[in-house]
Amino acid sequence: MRSISMPIDRLYRSEYGRLLAGLIRVVRDVQLAEDALQDAFAAAVDQWRDGEPATPAAWIFGTARHKAIDRLRRRDLEADRTRVLLDLEADRTDGPSPEDPLRLLFTCCHPALAPEVRVALTLRTLSGLSTEEIARAFLVPAATMAQRLVRAKSKIRDAGIPYEVPDDDALEERLEGVMAAIYLVFNEGYSATFGDALVRRDLCSEAIRLGRLLVDLLPGSADPRGLLALMLLHDSRRDTRQDANGTLVRLEDQDRSQWNREQIAEGTELVRVALAAGPPGPYALQAAIAALHAEAARAADTDWPQIAALYGILYAVQPTPIVELNRAVAVAMADGPERGLELIDRLETRGELAGYHLVAAARADLLRRLGRRDEARGAYLRAIGLATNEAERRFLEARLRENDGERK
Amino acid sequence: MQYLLLIYRDEKLAEKAAPSDLETMMKEYGEFTQGIVKSGQFRAGDALQPIRTATTVRVREGKAVTTDGPFAETKEQLGGYYMVEAKDLDEAIRIAARIPSARDGSIEIRPVRPMPKAS
Repeated sequence: MRSISMPIDRLYRSEYGRLLAGLIRVVRDVQLAEDALQDAFAAAVDQWRDGEPATPAAWIFGTARHKAIDRLRRRDLEADRTRVLLDLEADRTDGPSPEDPLRLLFTCCHPALAPEVRVALTLRTLSGLSTEEIARAFLVPAATMAQRLVRAKSKIRDAGIPYEVPDDDALEERLEGVMAAIYLVFNEGYSATFGDALVRRDLCSEAIRLGRLLVDLLPGSADPRGLLALMLLHDSRRDTRQDANGTLVRLEDQDRSQWNREQIAEGTELVRVALAAGPPGPYALQAAIAALHAEAARAADTDWPQIAALYGILYAVQPTPIVELNRAVAVAMADGPERGLELIDRLETRGELAGYHLVAAARADLLRRLGRRDEARGAYLRAIGLATNEAERRFLEARLRENDGERK
Repeated sequence: MQYLLLIYRDEKLAEKAAPSDLETMMKEYGEFTQGIVKSGQFRAGDALQPIRTATTVRVREGKAVTTDGPFAETKEQLGGYYMVEAKDLDEAIRIAARIPSARDGSIEIRPVRPMPKAS
């Protein structure tokens, strides 16, 4: 039994999204395609006992197509379904086309679907994650997630959301939504502080896989390269971001010998290509900043003036308070803590990030570097009060103790 | 597929508008309607009388209860509709975005539910 289910498991992991994407194009219904594909994998477990077929993926695809026909025949035959059934019986597609996963990605990330649903649907269909796994990653009950997915699939069918890569004129706008969804998947895996480490690691790998798919299928677009580069460069540091106790380790204190050199090399090369392609988008700029960090052999070698300048350009493209905060921190490293404090003052006066612990934490660090320990203490306490997750709170408490030690 | 495009707009905008602006808008609506008639996408379309003419009826326990006004008070009111034929939602969105009131109001796009043909 084990000898049969192993190759099937492997096939499921590596081919599920591609096979489903092809089936959806042929049967024109996400739910029907999912059900038929499950039927086909179940049939494989039963029929591959004496050895697997010569082309396992094609076997699954062909079987799933027949299962879809069976399912359609069993349904009440409305005029519309009869037409689909006739088309399907005449259809001779023997496998997914290279564009199918991209079609599915654009359908899952259609702006007519709510953003949180786009991410969940992408993970369910293209990545083949189970509803339970997705629910666990997003901290919602499995029943809630199941209902969201069912609703999204019926909206795709009933509202006529197309199964297509959009035309050139709409591509850029729609690509943004797709990239945002992929980056959200990555961030769920990278920044989340809940759930088990394995699920989170899977989310990161999956986001990188989807990013790679986007780069391969849209070789003419620069932005997907920037996104893939950004994810690779962040991911290269994943293992050094927490110590054995789960406490956050600052970038400057991380063990750089443990950073993944292969990912850094690939990410840096992608940044280079993305930047050469024309005015860089937000992902390419963030990736360029991450690449500068990755290239510094020691924290002290970091090219802060260059990073501060890149944050300045990023702010012009993406004027958010978070970018402004990061820029303030980079400016403080390049030009001294006073300049950084001025920028943080300006940010806080506007009140946009009120209640965000990282503003208070950044202020505390700068005050501490200026030797204003009492003021730093107040800011650390404020940051600890605002921090929402345990790892960050522990980290800030450690900084406060260091500050108090220096105070005496 | 058929889609119903519901045009919601703050009626006060029309009340406050200068006559020349209303004229421009009528002209734009005329051009838009002609455009979708020519392309074969037009199925039906009408402008509605203002919301003050609305009457709502509900039958409760067998009795019709009629009230003055719309079923819900909203900032933007249903002022008209188009029924169009489009191959998918993206095409319906492209048509809806060309409706003049999309610029200062909202267009709700609703797919028409296909009914099984009576045999």
